[in-house]
Amino acid sequence: MTSRPRVGVFVCHCGENIAGSVDVERLAEDVLALDSVVFGTNYEYMCSDPGQNTIKDAITDEDLNGVVVAACSPSMHEETFREVVEEAGLNRFRCEIANIREQCSWVHRGNGYKPTEKALKIIKGAVEKVKRNLPLEPVEMDHSNKCLVIGGGISGIQAALDVAEAGKEVILVEKEPTIGGHMAQLSETFPTLDCSQCILTPKMVQVDRHPNIELMVYSEVKNVSGFIGNYKVTIEKKPTYVDPDACNLCGDCVEVCPVEVEDEFNEGLSTRKAIHIPFSQAIPSSYTLDEDACLGLNPLCCTECSAACDADAVNYDQQPEFVEEEVGAIIVATGYDLYEIANMGEYGAGKYENVIDGLQFERMLSATGPTRGEIRRPSDGKVPKDIVFIQCSGSRDPENHNSYCSKICCMYTAKHALLYKESVPDGNAYVFYIDIRAGGKEYEEFVQKVQEEERVLYLKGKVSKLEEIEGKIQVQGVDQTIGEKVEIDADLVVLAQSIVPSREAEETSKQLNLNLGPNGFYKEAHPKLRPVESLGGGVFFAGAGQAPKDIPDSVSQGSGAAAKAIDLLAQPTLSHDPQVAEIDDEHCSGCGLCIGQCPYGALELNQRDVAEVNEILCEGCGTCVSGCPSNSLSLKNLTDEQVNNMVKAYVGD
Amino acid sequence: MDFEPKLVGFLCKWCSSAGADLAGVSRRQYPSNLIPVTVNCSGRIDANFIMEAFKDGADGLLISGCHPGDCHYTSGNYKTWRRVALVKHVLKQFGLNPDRVRLEWISATEGDKFASVVEDFTNEIRELGPGPFNNE
Repeated sequence: MTSRPRVGVFVCHCGENIAGSVDVERLAEDVLALDSVVFGTNYEYMCSDPGQNTIKDAITDEDLNGVVVAACSPSMHEETFREVVEEAGLNRFRCEIANIREQCSWVHRGNGYKPTEKALKIIKGAVEKVKRNLPLEPVEMDHSNKCLVIGGGISGIQAALDVAEAGKEVILVEKEPTIGGHMAQLSETFPTLDCSQCILTPKMVQVDRHPNIELMVYSEVKNVSGFIGNYKVTIEKKPTYVDPDACNLCGDCVEVCPVEVEDEFNEGLSTRKAIHIPFSQAIPSSYTLDEDACLGLNPLCCTECSAACDADAVNYDQQPEFVEEEVGAIIVATGYDLYEIANMGEYGAGKYENVIDGLQFERMLSATGPTRGEIRRPSDGKVPKDIVFIQCSGSRDPENHNSYCSKICCMYTAKHALLYKESVPDGNAYVFYIDIRAGGKEYEEFVQKVQEEERVLYLKGKVSKLEEIEGKIQVQGVDQTIGEKVEIDADLVVLAQSIVPSREAEETSKQLNLNLGPNGFYKEAHPKLRPVESLGGGVFFAGAGQAPKDIPDSVSQGSGAAAKAIDLLAQPTLSHDPQVAEIDDEHCSGCGLCIGQCPYGALELNQRDVAEVNEILCEGCGTCVSGCPSNSLSLKNLTDEQVNNMVKAYVGD
Repeated sequence: MDFEPKLVGFLCKWCSSAGADLAGVSRRQYPSNLIPVTVNCSGRIDANFIMEAFKDGADGLLISGCHPGDCHYTSGNYKTWRRVALVKHVLKQFGLNPDRVRLEWISATEGDKFASVVEDFTNEIRELGPGPFNNE
């Protein structure tokens, strides 16, 4: 600050959150003894209107040129308070937050800890910093108007449509040969029993037809660089060996293809040919030649499909294509997988043919599925007369599997039991459950209805073991209500397998620098208030990749992520944080060491052989600053002088 | 009087400071000896911060960034890794116990780990006794 620093300190009680363990009255007095502090006060909620007005009034009345708000984490209210000081005529960087809640009052209760002493030191550090902060103006930058959506399941579809409808260009990338995701595999949806494909496929067609959406199926994001507003993305389009525009879906190629492999769309319950279409309403509506399954393309071993194709759509010479795109916002909708039965040693680890998972049962129920909607067990095709559904299979079991609740299994199991009853009226359905969690609109009523069905028996208890005995699956469980062991000889067992993040989540998180939570789901910027945003900015979450969720929640989050992306893309320019590296060109020796340290290519030697910072590219990490051998680089508002004085304030006396 | 270590924690904003915030949100209790300085990236942590901090009287310093491979700025933590190794070497030559500097990787989801590390580090430095320039 050019004039003498006059700092005001505003201590927030946050109700009892801070005041409960920190002596806020004492802090407000003790701060007056600190160098440069001319004003100190405390208030119940600094973020409230009266609290904010206290700050504004003090800035005017006490002629403050620096403000320290001792309150919650800067991730909560730094923006709020910086706006407050701006309204009072100060530069936004004249305000610093002393985090005395998350990192002090909440974590040092009792046990001889000294939260008030620590809080005073944190404040002292913030004062040392703020009085050396420069008044900076944001750097304005242009941005791309496009949005990338990764994942073409229902949440990605919804997000893509919403962004496209707002007039922004969308690139929708899907790894499978069709969009639709798991929703396309479902038979009916709870609790209304709408046909899943009937409500989904019109949306898929809309995506295909939308002038603002560029659909890239059978494609994967390979590399992402850049930052909010200006990401550079490399997408690999795998060859499908079929020209979708020429293909007329006659299916002659499939007839002649000699290779049969497991059909992943039917969850392995049937086979498909090497040249195939996942399902008849797939979008784009074209065949895909699976090169891993094909007898061989290089050298070419078989030309049956090409010979059979009257439309001349098969092209064995297709090569992978790498497309470079610039996008401003990214929506991550990579979805979920089911926890594999192979992990369930107690349930046969996938050895028993007649123990299947929920998605396999969905395929069985689907009119377009491998059994044309009839429920037939895989081993011999017989209609199962005794069927057992096991909920929480792999969920809520911290010792052996996943600790979390997968959220949707109670509901889909109820639906499964009901659809089974409709299909096999004289059959018996047993459902083993820990609790029934039916929190959702009309969900509880639906479960009640299923429980009242004849020949549907809900058993509260866990199943300890499944064993295959003489063509039946013996289910060994316990009925807690009567406190006794139960044994059921089932024809078919359906496991409501835990929901896990899709395999792509880890790779995507690395490409985009996203945090993953302990269970591998994407971590949002704030669990309550910013559930669709990532911490880094410009990247938003939709669907089950962030946490297990049902269709309405996935659609809502898809729309939420779209709204955030539209909001970002609609701005004429984006403000870039001006707290970037700065070069002292008098001292720079032009050694160029900083250039190699910068991950953004923001530094280069200019014509005078002196390093120069590109303020738009610089993200302000400060790595170059700490690596400069001549101390010629500094990070604006986090200089060596600032940090050293903060530390001195902490440990100096 | 019992020795209460004076500790400073240099935490990167994106992972470790967020992890410390999560410890707070989870109300995970730990000793109040360590005062955090949040820097944008652990790569910002200059060797001179460490030397100055000891000179000013610190008994121990925690340096914590994102896990290798998870750096918000791609690779700042790798630089920290090397720099801290070097600084420890220099400290040794100056007759300082290099264990007074501790490097950790703590993510935004590891609130519990943050608290455990601070707890453990506080105990460790309490055992080691006051730093060379602690005049109290």
